[in-house]
Amino acid sequence: MGNASSMLTQYDIEEVQDYCHNLFSQQEIVSLYQRFCQLDRNAKGFISADEFLSVPEFAMNPLSQRLLKMVDGLNFKDFVAFLSAFTAKASVEQKIQLIFKVYDSDGNGKVSFNDILEVLRDLSGSFISDDQREQVLTQLLKEAGYSRDSYLMLDDFIKVFGSSGLKMEVEVPVD
Amino acid sequence: MKKEKLFGFINIKKKEKEEKKPKPNKNPNSQTKSESEREGMSSRGGKLSSSSSELDLDGPNIEDYLPSGSSINEPRGKLRLRDLLDISPTLTEAAGAIVDDSFTRCFKSNPPEPWNWNVYLFPLWCFGVAVRYLILFPARVVVLTIGWIIFLSSFIPVHFLLKGHDKLRKKMERVLVELMCSFFVASWTGVVKYHGPRPSIRPKQVFVANHTSMIDFIILEQMTAFAVIMQKHPGWVGLLQSTILESVGCIWFNRSEAKDREIVAKKLRDHVQGVDNNPLLIFPEGTCINNQYSVMFKKGAFELGCTVCPIAIKYNKIFVDAFWNSRKQSFTMHLLQLMTSWAVVCDVWYLEPQNLRPGETPIEFAERVRDIISVRAGLKKVPWDGYLKYSRPSPKHRERKQQSFAESVLLRLEEK
Repeated sequence: MGNASSMLTQYDIEEVQDYCHNLFSQQEIVSLYQRFCQLDRNAKGFISADEFLSVPEFAMNPLSQRLLKMVDGLNFKDFVAFLSAFTAKASVEQKIQLIFKVYDSDGNGKVSFNDILEVLRDLSGSFISDDQREQVLTQLLKEAGYSRDSYLMLDDFIKVFGSSGLKMEVEVPVD
Repeated sequence: MKKEKLFGFINIKKKEKEEKKPKPNKNPNSQTKSESEREGMSSRGGKLSSSSSELDLDGPNIEDYLPSGSSINEPRGKLRLRDLLDISPTLTEAAGAIVDDSFTRCFKSNPPEPWNWNVYLFPLWCFGVAVRYLILFPARVVVLTIGWIIFLSSFIPVHFLLKGHDKLRKKMERVLVELMCSFFVASWTGVVKYHGPRPSIRPKQVFVANHTSMIDFIILEQMTAFAVIMQKHPGWVGLLQSTILESVGCIWFNRSEAKDREIVAKKLRDHVQGVDNNPLLIFPEGTCINNQYSVMFKKGAFELGCTVCPIAIKYNKIFVDAFWNSRKQSFTMHLLQLMTSWAVVCDVWYLEPQNLRPGETPIEFAERVRDIISVRAGLKKVPWDGYLKYSRPSPKHRERKQQSFAESVLLRLEEK
């Protein structure tokens, strides 16, 4: 299933569906495949960073570089698995896990003060000063019971996000 | 309903946002930087304008048409760690763009759906293919060759022998170019229905049309010898451009040259002032779109101080998909594809000439004309600049998002 032939067999669809734990319907997987082939211009079997950036809406997004690191070079199965966190059926934990991965850019399982600062910098650009960002973050961490030197793990994230639901959904167009 | 939200298909009237403040267009920070950052939304042929009202209205605000939920949503009292860490709105936007986006849709060519899927339809289809490739195609090649022979054998003498009599020469060259275009149209069995009054040759007017393929130009040229402004192409097309089309008064530009815009703007202005010049035809989209959508019009054609006559072109997809996807095929392949199809059927509407209304900026004028053309030709409008096909969006858009995020954080910080 690594190479992008333009036809998906029933077996392929079921394999992908299994891989993403049935979070997408079969029709959605077919649609996603069409989209994948549309973005992967020379049928290499994965979408390059450049091809992602050719979608202007994506390129304009402040977190595009971080996301690129996560999606660059993914084959179709992993592409679908990545997007499965954005379905309505995905658990809140799965969504928080994705958010955690965006923060944890070096993938060591811990999010440091600096990691959070960097994401904040991506999001707010030059419109908040570095000092102000540090200040706000330190204060908020303190209020939540952490310190500047704490490392946040996935469980901490889950605790912080608490029980107030997380709205992170994308609808796959099915024609 | 949900789809609308996801793709942000547009009406010209702005959608209202729930809790957000209106986008701070008139921000002193962005104004000083905007000169250099107009790449993504800049217009071909437009000088970098100096009036501040123009700077604000670089184009209709993309953010108003795109789904957005970025920034820390409804101000819900004091800022907590959870709110700061919650990047889900931004991530949702990014994932939404990965799954579908209105820009890529503009360039999607629609492959004909195979209908030859059973015992009796398949031989019928094979027969059709045989007719198209073995009978129609050679016949069309013959027609085209005859056309070229007639054209060249008339054009070359006229061009060189009548050097002294410019008026007569121009008239004959015009007729010959129109004739040649008719031969081209015949070579695809073009069935073109023209609606509306034919363009008249008057000074101080330009014609604008939506753009699907270079054949748009040929179809329009068949009726009236326009002077068109086009991208300079390599190969045999470029050769034609520099020899024959030059005689009709065409203007060339090069997308990749930055300085080119000002030179071209000047050429445009000079052309429309001239009394004897052929009417100018401009495709304000700047690139080929797939005849189902229209991208933003560049304002260059709308600030020449002339009447703008809109032309809408719509191809009938049943016969052939006339969209020239320049990323997928060369123009030669595109022509060959047309010559091996049954027919090219299209409608051309010459619409009512429009003038700049008092108090209207060129950009608003461009949008108004785009509206007129899109309605006539049944095109959906998207808020993108066609040139994003070749370049990345300007950092200004990202900065706008960053700014609104920053502002909500600071606002909520103050709430105790």
